[in-house]
Amino acid sequence: MSTLDKVVEILAEAKDLKADKITEASTWEELGLDSLDTVELVMNMEDAFGISLEMTEDMKSVGDVVKAIEAAK
Amino acid sequence: MSFTILGTGSALPGHIVTNEDLSCMVDTSDEWIRSRTGINQRRVCSGESLTDLAYQAALLALEDSCCGADELDLIICATVSADYVMPSLACVLQARLGAHCPAFDVNAACTGFLYGLDIAAGYFARNPQQKILLVGADAMSRLVDWQERSTCVLFGDGAGAVVLGLGNDLLAIQLSAQGDIEPLYVPNSWGNSPFHQTKESQQKPYLVMDGQEVFRFAVTSMVQTVEQVLHRAGVSKEEIAYLLPHQANIRIIDAAVNRLKLPREKCLTNIALRGNTSAACVAVLLDEQNRVGRFQKGDLLVLTAFGGGLTTGACILRWNK
Ligand SMILES: CC(C)(COP(=O)(O)OP(=O)(O)OC[C@H]1O[C@@H](n2cnc3c(N)ncnc32)[C@H](O)[C@@H]1OP(=O)(O)O)[C@@H](O)C(=O)NCCC(=O)NCCS
Repeated sequence: MSTLDKVVEILAEAKDLKADKITEASTWEELGLDSLDTVELVMNMEDAFGISLEMTEDMKSVGDVVKAIEAAK
Repeated sequence: MSFTILGTGSALPGHIVTNEDLSCMVDTSDEWIRSRTGINQRRVCSGESLTDLAYQAALLALEDSCCGADELDLIICATVSADYVMPSLACVLQARLGAHCPAFDVNAACTGFLYGLDIAAGYFARNPQQKILLVGADAMSRLVDWQERSTCVLFGDGAGAVVLGLGNDLLAIQLSAQGDIEPLYVPNSWGNSPFHQTKESQQKPYLVMDGQEVFRFAVTSMVQTVEQVLHRAGVSKEEIAYLLPHQANIRIIDAAVNRLKLPREKCLTNIALRGNTSAACVAVLLDEQNRVGRFQKGDLLVLTAFGGGLTTGACILRWNK
């Protein structure tokens, strides 16, 4: 499974979203996630990928998180 | 031998501060506060001192325990906002109650009540035949900056108390501390010494918090400590009747309960009406639920808290009233 697919799967499950509505370009705002949702999301990603991630201001979309995970692996 | 809970009590200030009230004071909204924290209103001291609240809570707990103040062997107060730096809140309370036993305060911030339970367990190990009054009380309204919207909306004031006596109903308890100032601190007053020249002595005595760091710590530590005490007590999640978590943010509670894979109905909350009352949180929740008859004899309760320190704690108690 690609990193993107896995991120989408985790996101869909955690926040009860439809996976087919989430793309690499989806932003938190479009998905209706607030700042605490994104904190939780980063925690979920850390657990799922066994990495340590820093949530930064310029991580605004699914693609940004995928990139950060790839870099942290 | 550990102890059993003989009775509970709690007290809150009369003045209610709603989210609407706060939006007249700082740039915030009911919508923001509700959705980010689950808090609708909180009680804040106006005419009451913290001693008044602790005293009321203690009286109710003694009454619920059929115990007189003169029967107490020890008074422990968990607090970070006592009316005096000295004497301790516990000593001031001892005088008001007319008790004659030793009395002292514990500072473990929001985890203070759990730290108090562990200390009490130590006293019971030495002498099972005694009665201990443990009070968690805080007036965070004195420590937050009422011009700082990111913190003043989170807290409320209150006191909760338990009387502990002969029994064996503490199945497991686990404390932790990860000493670190930055995520959450309140500088003390430095008085008016003309000699102080440090950076710290210039700080305002208000609460400072890195919200997202505390959020992450809170969720992770709550899951960890609860799993640890379950493991230690050899109790499965299914055997737990109720979880009584520290009431700091409903989003923290929901995230942790999700990760623990506990049914949400087992998790008790009062944050919507109380906010975060620091060391009082878990004790107030325990008393409110006791008084509505929530608990059956034999129920296993998990209490858990986290706070400045950073500290955490969790325990498993058998309800035996
Ligand atoms: C405090 C907490 C609710 C803040 O939520 P958050 O999502 O981290 O919020 P942020 O600090 O990122 O702020 C998000 C935005 O809301 C704003 N904001 C903060 N407080 C606000 C308020 N009361 N009303 C409206 N907006 C507010 C911020 O200024 C920020 O705006 P910006 O993006 O334009 O800069 C959350 O971090 C939390 O609960 N942490 C744990 C705290 C805790 O448990 N403490 C007690 C431990 S015992």
